[in-house]
Amino acid sequence: MSAMLSFTDVQVRFASDDAVQPAPAVGGVSLDVQPGEIFGIVWESGSGKSTLANAVLGLLPASAAVQGSIRVAGREVIGLSENELRSIRGKEVSMIFQDASASLDPVWSVGDQVAETIRAHAGVSGREAKSRAIALMNEVGIPDAASRYGDAPHRFSGGMRQRIVIAAALANSPQLLIADEPTTALDVTIQAQVLQLIDTLRRQNGTTVVLITHDLGVVAQICDRVAVMYGGTLLEVAATAELFARPQHPYTRALLAANPAGAPRGRRLPVIPAQWSVESLCAAEVLRASAATTERVDADE
Amino acid sequence: MARPAGDGRGGNVTLHAPAAPLAVPVARAHPRRTSTRFIAVGLAILVVLAIIAIAAPVIAPYDPEAVEVKRVLGEPILQHPFGSDVLGRDVFSRVLFGLRVSLLVSVSAVLASTALAVPLGVLAGYFGRWVDTTVSRTLDMILVLPAMLLAITFIAILGPGSVVAAIAIAVIYLPILARVMRASTLVVTRNEYVAGARARGGSHLRVIVTHVAPNALGPVIVQASVLSAFALQLEAGLSFLGLGTQPPTPSLGGMLADGRDVLIQAPWVEIFPGLAIVVAVLGFTFLGEGLLRAFDPRGVAE
Repeated sequence: MSAMLSFTDVQVRFASDDAVQPAPAVGGVSLDVQPGEIFGIVWESGSGKSTLANAVLGLLPASAAVQGSIRVAGREVIGLSENELRSIRGKEVSMIFQDASASLDPVWSVGDQVAETIRAHAGVSGREAKSRAIALMNEVGIPDAASRYGDAPHRFSGGMRQRIVIAAALANSPQLLIADEPTTALDVTIQAQVLQLIDTLRRQNGTTVVLITHDLGVVAQICDRVAVMYGGTLLEVAATAELFARPQHPYTRALLAANPAGAPRGRRLPVIPAQWSVESLCAAEVLRASAATTERVDADE
Repeated sequence: MARPAGDGRGGNVTLHAPAAPLAVPVARAHPRRTSTRFIAVGLAILVVLAIIAIAAPVIAPYDPEAVEVKRVLGEPILQHPFGSDVLGRDVFSRVLFGLRVSLLVSVSAVLASTALAVPLGVLAGYFGRWVDTTVSRTLDMILVLPAMLLAITFIAILGPGSVVAAIAIAVIYLPILARVMRASTLVVTRNEYVAGARARGGSHLRVIVTHVAPNALGPVIVQASVLSAFALQLEAGLSFLGLGTQPPTPSLGGMLADGRDVLIQAPWVEIFPGLAIVVAVLGFTFLGEGLLRAFDPRGVAE
């Protein structure tokens, strides 16, 4: 089976005026995402999560240099022209951003923004786009979608807005949906609803989903397979259950140990020291050091 | 202290003295209301002036250029409420027509300037890099020259007249408005909905026209209404120097120049066009201030 999304040795560097060039934001990542699966990428916040997602759609700023190969359904996307990329964006590959309240334009009605995506790709009339947009809004669970079509984004709750963003993302039945922290800005009950919606839509439409997140709970809930990233480097890829049961990489083990769910009560959680480098992570001492820290903390208390 | 006797309140007052300040209602104007009040007053003034300017040929009791020798420097009377000028022309009629010219020149200049500045600013802010450098540095060259000097240079090249004055004013304000548009575009472009619109397959042009420009326009509208007040003064200044609207067509600035020589004998020739300028500038300033407070939360705070 050929991969829906495949990265081969992908490197992203941001140009810098400094004499010392910064480390690549993404350094040599190779992975394959199979059609129809929900693939989780676990990545700490603020370490260039969105960079990889934006690289797929060619949305990185001009200061970024991408090397390697990114294939969507077998088609190389690096080096495509702006027009070719545009025909992919929102049609073959859609994206959901972190903050739904910010990813809808405040001056346009929500319905118009869903319809806009439809009209960007299909040569349909305004009326046709509108009725399709209403159908999509119904599908993602906006109550009374027809009458709320003309409402401005601020009249919706955060969860509803994220549903509308999902409706817009799914407007052209994309093969691949990249969700960049889709639930971070939502509270826990709404998170569960939105994840369930993504899962349902995936089952109905056979859409492949790449879920980039720092939230292990989200991963455990819906992902089929997971990749663990640290500082731009891919550490390990495994089936979700396998990863939680038998983490291979020291960082993954440390990450799982630092998860409050299931940790013994009344004990301080183990922490991942900020100064860990990728190289030091790979050394086995790190885990022992981490265990020692934990014991010391326990002894202090 | 003279207090009504027998009501026993004197004692009560001392007893409950600390309670007294509580009874005073705390008067605090709602910030939102001050902004709407400014906008309402500004708009009201401008609408009235616009109606006067448009309807000047109907309202004006006399031909503004008709000379009446018997009425040279005639003082204000019922038939000539603002008096008459050096040539015996009716000052009231001339103020109405002058307002027409002055408003037309200043408003059309600012509109033309805005129409050019918005696309330039949005392109510079959205694309950045060499587009920004090209647009911004070119406009900076206009900005380094003082406004009046630049206007006079224009007129020296193109010759005096209201149209040239309008063009000069438009060019002078172009860099200011373009900078405001560029700055607000920079802020708006960073929003996730712009990235989102691109991720949904919108072209640069479409994203700019439908998402960036509408969201970035607010500060430019504020700036344009503030600049309209300055444009009106600049037009009056140019006409005062004889570089703007040419006689015998009345303009407020030109009338100030006419009245200067007879300020002592016939102050009404000077005062009424001056008042017209003040009122019009006040209208634009109120509108601009109101919009500023409504659009800019920090402006609302103080």
